[in-house]
Amino acid sequence: MQQTELYRLHEHFGAKFIEFAGWEMPVEYSGSRKETIAVRTSAGLFDVSHMGEIEIIGRDSASFCQWMTTNDISKLKNFQAQYTMLCNHEGGVIDDVIIYKYSDDYFLMCVNAVNTAKDFEWIGSVEREFKVEVLNKSFEYSQLALQGPQSQNIIFDAFGVNFCNLKRFYFLQTSWNDIDLMIARTGYTGEDGFEIFIPWGDATEVWEAILDTSSEYNIVPSGLSARDILRIEMAYPLYGHEINEDINPIESGLSRYVRIDKGDFIGRRALVRVLEAGPEKKLIGFEMIDRGIPRQGYPVLSGEAELGSVTSGTLSPSLEKSIGMALLSTNAVVGENLDIEIRGTRRKSRIVSTPFYTNKPIKKEKKL
Amino acid sequence: MIDIPEELKYTDEHEWAKIEDDLVVIGITDYAQDALGEIVYIELPSEGDEITKGDSFGGVESTKSVSDLYAPVSGEVVEVNESLLDSPETINEDPYGDGWLIKVKIHDSDEFDDLMDNEQYSEFIEKETHK
Repeated sequence: MQQTELYRLHEHFGAKFIEFAGWEMPVEYSGSRKETIAVRTSAGLFDVSHMGEIEIIGRDSASFCQWMTTNDISKLKNFQAQYTMLCNHEGGVIDDVIIYKYSDDYFLMCVNAVNTAKDFEWIGSVEREFKVEVLNKSFEYSQLALQGPQSQNIIFDAFGVNFCNLKRFYFLQTSWNDIDLMIARTGYTGEDGFEIFIPWGDATEVWEAILDTSSEYNIVPSGLSARDILRIEMAYPLYGHEINEDINPIESGLSRYVRIDKGDFIGRRALVRVLEAGPEKKLIGFEMIDRGIPRQGYPVLSGEAELGSVTSGTLSPSLEKSIGMALLSTNAVVGENLDIEIRGTRRKSRIVSTPFYTNKPIKKEKKL
Repeated sequence: MIDIPEELKYTDEHEWAKIEDDLVVIGITDYAQDALGEIVYIELPSEGDEITKGDSFGGVESTKSVSDLYAPVSGEVVEVNESLLDSPETINEDPYGDGWLIKVKIHDSDEFDDLMDNEQYSEFIEKETHK
């Protein structure tokens, strides 16, 4: 199993570890509930060095990325980032990724750890038709995610760089203590925050500088469990749960990241057909009425009919209820009741709108 | 350091049991709660339910995993630690005390006597961790 360069440090902070995509990663330190609340109210620091980084360099980089992905890369300015997907020819999702544009001939793609090798091979198989070079740089980067409303203050205190003018989904390069940092205002939690790309070997210093601000701010090291809870509260998809090669982005409710009108790209023809015929499946969010935590694979039932299964679920510390997402074969709507089969018994749940969690003042919903 | 009290009996599914006023009290061990991590949810049987040795009588969920609870003995559930439903983290904090799960009226005291003692359990988890 692979370890990040911060493994010893995580042990020192009392982390419990879990195997994830071939990596031994911290799953929690002080407890996922406490870590989740810290990210929602103050800040949390995550080691996400397992994530893959693929560089695309060369004259055709922009048109190559445009051909490989579903979103419209031509809209990106230099030092801007974009959430997008790699699809196969059938429209199924190979991976969801963030592309960082340095210039027209240099892009960085951040991919899911579980897919790094697969993505690299897939992208490489298309590479020869373009004047580009594709490089798997995953072992040259460590990556930290600093997430939460206090992130901007913390990063200013830690590195002396003022980020208040850095807009969401933009990034910059800076040097701190002779370490080259790429800092992006991106994240996977629904809170303000930064993802920091660090040359492998230098992450300890960066981690410590950020946590040194803990005398001033409530910032806690946070693990994969809190990361999963936070993304579920936002109804963000995770590869292997809400998306995979047999599910297309339209079914997963990610149509806004599919730009059919941008010109041709891999999977476009299949996705146009899905849009014309209407998707066969639909991803919904639900909350439990009865007790129980929904988990991936649990059947979703209505009367005698099995409508599909749960893709992700958790007990949400922010909402203090059990929530989940499910992929259904019918067009169920918000407000409808469904049964989730948990530990062999049927439990009541209700379809709700997503995201489950909103950090804006909650509007009173008018019920009919 | 894992705590394995001398006065309790143990199963290879990491439950403990002890006799208290003619009833068998059942919980999960310190080793189990530590391996699970923060416990966020528990499901227990109701009073009056029958449980069968070796069968699942409930479930416990942590941030890491979903696990079944297995009955160390057969019998009728006469008391359930309801306070755990709202604060399952008590099991992490005090697995042998306030974190007890259920009390059972047993039919066959041999089942209890057959459970591992503290030394056997200690050897058992030693083997488990070095597998």
